Amino acid sequence: MSVLVNKNSRVIVQGFTGSEGSFHAQQMIEYGTNVVGGVTPGKGGQMHLDKPVFNTVAEAVAQEGANVSIIFVPPAFAADAILEASEAGIGVIICITEGIPVKDMIPVKAYLKARKSILIGPNCPGVITPDEAKVGIMPGFVFKKGNIGIVSKSGTLTYEAADQVVKAGMGITTAIGIGGDPIIGTTTKEAVEMLMNDPETEGIILIGEIGGTYEADAAKWIRSDGNRKPVVGFIAGQTAPPGRRMGHAGAIIGGADDTAAAKMRIMRENGIIVVDSPADIGETMRKAMERTGVLS
Amino acid sequence: MAGLILRLIKIASLFMNIHEYQAKELLKKYGVRIQEGILAHTPDEAEAAAKAIKREYNSDWCVVKAQIHAGGRGKGGGVKLAKSPSEAHEIASKIIGMQLITHQTGPEGKKVRKVLIAQDVYYPGQSPTKEYYVSILLDRGTSRNVIMASTEGGMDIEEVAEHTPEKIFKEWIDPIVGFQPFQARKIAFALGLSGNAFKEMVKFLDSLYKAYVETDSSMFEINPVLKTSDDKILAVDGKVNLDDNALYRHPNLVDLRDITEEDPLEVEAAESGLNYVKLDGNVGCMVNGAGLAMATMDVIKLSGGEPANFLDVGGGANAKTVEAGFRIILKDPNVKAILINVFGGIVRCDRVASGVVEAYKNIGQINIPIIVRLQGTNAELGAQIIAESGLKVFPAILLKEAADRIKEVLA
Repeated sequence: MSVLVNKNSRVIVQGFTGSEGSFHAQQMIEYGTNVVGGVTPGKGGQMHLDKPVFNTVAEAVAQEGANVSIIFVPPAFAADAILEASEAGIGVIICITEGIPVKDMIPVKAYLKARKSILIGPNCPGVITPDEAKVGIMPGFVFKKGNIGIVSKSGTLTYEAADQVVKAGMGITTAIGIGGDPIIGTTTKEAVEMLMNDPETEGIILIGEIGGTYEADAAKWIRSDGNRKPVVGFIAGQTAPPGRRMGHAGAIIGGADDTAAAKMRIMRENGIIVVDSPADIGETMRKAMERTGVLS
Repeated sequence: MAGLILRLIKIASLFMNIHEYQAKELLKKYGVRIQEGILAHTPDEAEAAAKAIKREYNSDWCVVKAQIHAGGRGKGGGVKLAKSPSEAHEIASKIIGMQLITHQTGPEGKKVRKVLIAQDVYYPGQSPTKEYYVSILLDRGTSRNVIMASTEGGMDIEEVAEHTPEKIFKEWIDPIVGFQPFQARKIAFALGLSGNAFKEMVKFLDSLYKAYVETDSSMFEINPVLKTSDDKILAVDGKVNLDDNALYRHPNLVDLRDITEEDPLEVEAAESGLNYVKLDGNVGCMVNGAGLAMATMDVIKLSGGEPANFLDVGGGANAKTVEAGFRIILKDPNVKAILINVFGGIVRCDRVASGVVEAYKNIGQINIPIIVRLQGTNAELGAQIIAESGLKVFPAILLKEAADRIKEVLA
């Protein structure tokens, strides 16, 4: 098992023939992801990277049975691309695009509430289930198969965590990059819940950053759910000054509750093993797994 | 609850900032009534503006308001009442050129380059004047815009949120149907208004929300909103933050940017495509990815240093961006060491290493230790290039090793 994507996923790429879309589609295909085609309005009927190009997502769903979409279209058109994917019945929509205006995302989020589609991102590295499907821009070789799930707001920090997990002798079920924007489709808590309910995932790494309440919400849910699996947490931005934006639009310290220190305290209070240094994520996870008897 | 409100305010205040006079002009275009004023760059211009205000509003009084990108200007001595045009000249001569220090500027303050000469709106009349607070921003928890209003106008809203949160009234906007008249009425009633002032407030809120949506703003904060003695409702101050990501739709708003209000190093970095925030520490850093950059700052702190900056070189770490990053970090005299931390994915570590060597040679004299931590694609090859370059550079592969190197060079 795994969550969101696996070897049976039928993946399409929106923004397939653009430079970003082409490059990462090629990487995904080489990884072994089941990419069944792509969408570029006006280029339907052509072939690209030996896969069919469609004018609409609906056609890709009808003809190729697509059920996962990854979006690389520019920010001005990304909200429209998400809505089109959902309307066409795509189950998992992964939006990589960075820089979508907040005003465009507010109605998208409201629209998706009434639908079955799960949106991951935007402004995220994507999702990977090692040896099965890489639906994102992460370096695939870093992620080895295993039983640790990862949820993270950040791209390179996800790779860092995965690398440490692998070097500590473990591997990954699914790594989910949820994105760093103020409005994202899937929250930390929702992503953690998926992994908590995945029978193959035995431990979870939760990587957050300053800003918002997602990590605190996830921590409270983990406790209310009975701390069924060990969770190792890290919050980036312990040294960030209040009121300044740190790269990600959502990464800014607001009130007292969303500083790194406050989030770490809330996570500890709810039974999460919090590390101060990002260099300790892998080793701490290994020790936690040894205690549960999964590793010996 | 107090925590929620604090968070909403601060999180929203993170996009492009504009001056009070610009914010007011923008609001006026959408039908929001404002305290009128004229911009002045010199004491002479200030006096002429005060005379024009006198002719227009038949009052000798006007307010001289320093225009800088920071709140708390009044408490800092940047807002003063003038009782005649000659007094406006005198006050402006003191305010223009001063380093205005407020709780938002930092201890060095900000240089005042211009003042707004504004009409006096607190004139006596039939009913007492009363100040209110109104803001609009994104509530990340609900992914909706929220309008916050309070009877405690003119005060620091964070104080109100902390001590009397019940005095802050909130109305969330449904994205499907938008801001409705009944919601405007609810807010106006909650503020205790009646008669003409009530009608004015409903119209004020409606125009304000329209301005917020149509300009792609990420925050409006109008504090105070004033009920005048003749029952008009108007904006006495205006803080407007625009969504950077939406500026492509508003070329006219891009022109409102005032780079003299920004840190020169941050402006230079932005021109090179780097995301840089200057801090006060002694260890500079250059990292790919915002999350890893913040984590790297944390590693510096845990290793006994203090981060001198946040710097995300993004996905394209190459010789050119590395060199630009070096040059910016080296301009900060407090920097005693630099940590480069790149997790290579699509970016190959050997190319980053070559880039570092090339940039190092181009710059010439770098007299502080540099730690280069390369991990991911071709990490070993990258470390080898660094080791063989003969430069005074400390290579590392594991993040732990990088932390140990920092301890060594700071010892």
